[in-house]
Amino acid sequence: MYRYDEFDAAIVKERAEQFRGQVERRLKGEITEDQFKPLRLMNGVYLQLHAYMLRIAIPYGTLRADQMRTFAHIARKYDKGYGHWTTRQNIQFNWVALKDIPDVLDELAGVEMHAIQTSGNCIRNTTSDQFAGATAEEIADPRPWCEIIRQWSTFHPEFSFLPRKFKIAVTAAEHDRAAIRVHDIGLHMRKNAEGETGFEVIVGGGQGRTPHVGVTIRDFVGEDQLLDYLEAVMRVYNRFGRRDNKYKARIKILVNETGADEFAKLVEAEFEAQKDAEKIVLPQAEIDRISAYFAAPDFETLPEASSAFEEAKAKDAAFARWARVNTRAHKQAGYSIVTISCKPIGAPPGDVSHKQMEVTADLAEKFSFEEIRITHEQNMVLPHVKLDDLYEVYQTLEAAGLATANYELISDIICCPGLDYCNLANARSIPVAQELQNTFADIERQDDIGELKIKISGCINACGHHHVGHIGILGVDRKGEEFYQITFGGRSDEKAAIGQIAGPGLRAEDVPPALERVIEKYREVRSEPSERFIDALERLGHDPFKEALYAAD
Amino acid sequence: MPLIKKGEIVAAPQGEVNTLDSFLEIAAADPKDAIMVRLMPDDDPLKLEPYLDQLEVVEISFPRYADGRGYSQAQLLRRRLGFKGEIRAVGDVLRDQLLFMLRSGFDAFEIEKSDAAEAFAAASQEYSQFYQPAADGEVGVFARRHS
Ligand code: SF4
Repeated sequence: MYRYDEFDAAIVKERAEQFRGQVERRLKGEITEDQFKPLRLMNGVYLQLHAYMLRIAIPYGTLRADQMRTFAHIARKYDKGYGHWTTRQNIQFNWVALKDIPDVLDELAGVEMHAIQTSGNCIRNTTSDQFAGATAEEIADPRPWCEIIRQWSTFHPEFSFLPRKFKIAVTAAEHDRAAIRVHDIGLHMRKNAEGETGFEVIVGGGQGRTPHVGVTIRDFVGEDQLLDYLEAVMRVYNRFGRRDNKYKARIKILVNETGADEFAKLVEAEFEAQKDAEKIVLPQAEIDRISAYFAAPDFETLPEASSAFEEAKAKDAAFARWARVNTRAHKQAGYSIVTISCKPIGAPPGDVSHKQMEVTADLAEKFSFEEIRITHEQNMVLPHVKLDDLYEVYQTLEAAGLATANYELISDIICCPGLDYCNLANARSIPVAQELQNTFADIERQDDIGELKIKISGCINACGHHHVGHIGILGVDRKGEEFYQITFGGRSDEKAAIGQIAGPGLRAEDVPPALERVIEKYREVRSEPSERFIDALERLGHDPFKEALYAAD
Repeated sequence: MPLIKKGEIVAAPQGEVNTLDSFLEIAAADPKDAIMVRLMPDDDPLKLEPYLDQLEVVEISFPRYADGRGYSQAQLLRRRLGFKGEIRAVGDVLRDQLLFMLRSGFDAFEIEKSDAAEAFAAASQEYSQFYQPAADGEVGVFARRHS
């Protein structure tokens, strides 16, 4: 994992000091809340319904055990004992007092962390595949490039006052777990005919009020030119993106209004016009230096199968089930990728307690080379666990309330904070998620339904990614009453699509029975148990499912 | 309005500031008179290319601090066109943007209060390292690590 050198450390420390000065000026009344707002937003500090919220960056979702312990400490000392994973692989604390935030930033700087660019109209935290460096599916590890992008975009003098926020995601695997096609820029690592590694550049994806799937504007940009090419895209966006209407300011609108081909031409022209003096010098030695931090850990040479693992499964059915649902194949024989679900039935999705953070840090130290990942689906991952150790890991998780076996199942719901915390919300989202989890709590039933992604947002800003849920749920306000609009067929993987609205909105209490009918319909019509809901939708069209949705007597 | 240059309050030079359109007209008629221009955010700075030698001041206007187009204009003037004259930020210019402006090639700032000079000077010192190369000639950290 990446470690700061003196340059990185200086930048983060200077930032913490600068913000301490700004908070002091605010607390002394030297500046008003209005004047303070742009400053706090530069540091991930939002004013929520009840208190300030602090959002801390977890670059590309990769964490060390000691960093997780610092989160646990912050949750205990400055919050009410909890943290919340966001769909940007970040963490939010909802109850931190403004006067404490400079101290929190100092504590973070001590473990090479910060809240830089977690808000504001700048380039936000770059996200990636949570299985990077562990899955056999990828052609390279995307994280060195995420780190290079993090450094390049940090306090970028030209791109810190963009028309709107800007999100970049990188993957190197064919199966896209990073949702790159619904990002402002998605980068897919590819090899060209000469066998060199580079990037397919996808631009203009996004959710919110006008969702779009991104389009490829370049099939291949070489590694040495990536940053120059990104600068060209950013400059075209900064100069020509709309600033007259905040809802039309994302790059997806510019790409759409300009036309993808025309937009690509503008970028190519800008890229071609760059003088040598404008190009970013990224020496190969620097790429190598950063890549070295992401070298594979010292894996043991192990057989493919583990008898300890097989025996434990045979005697403990719950463990067998958890292992089947929550682990994935590792590139190294004898190892496994473990997803720790943060979606226990009936609790707010993505919330973890300080105790659970400590347990996860312990496990990472003991069993996963100190590494943890946070996923955009609001779960945690132990990327490198030996099959031999899985049972012990499971038992420890079980004792900490972290062994819910529902990864990618119907109760593994993405959900934004909604009306319970967010002052932009139209409707509650957490209680809807909880009701659905209760409805589908039965483990056998979830298993039988198989992979199904429900995503819930409390307003059209779509922080809960409802547009790309196999079933999406959007809270809307109609004359002071909360309604929920259902969409079918969204997905954020390599076949990314925006879900289509099924029909009129439902009342909160009608959502669970309506979705039960949809699920029953699916079970009835699927060609075989392994045909997923999303595949059945694609094969049969939406009509049978819409009918079921509205079939209440 | 006070003007800050190199951390000090200086007298703003007198002269007529033209919009880009009227500047281009004047310059076409008699290039000698074309010495100051003010760019609005949607103006194309590349149109100034033929007149760079006589241009003394390019004002870049920030109607709202959040409108960041001026940073691209300044970068284009300095790095693409090699403009050597003054680039002055006018409008909604805040102390906390100063460093971004300096790095993008601005070297003069019109501000409301004269007592802001000190605050501006302090703001320019808040960071010692920069990841990206920019118009201020700083070598980015990527390159510096290996020099
Ligand atoms: S989707 Fe809306 S309600 Fe939910 S967190 Fe985002 S802004 Fe708030």
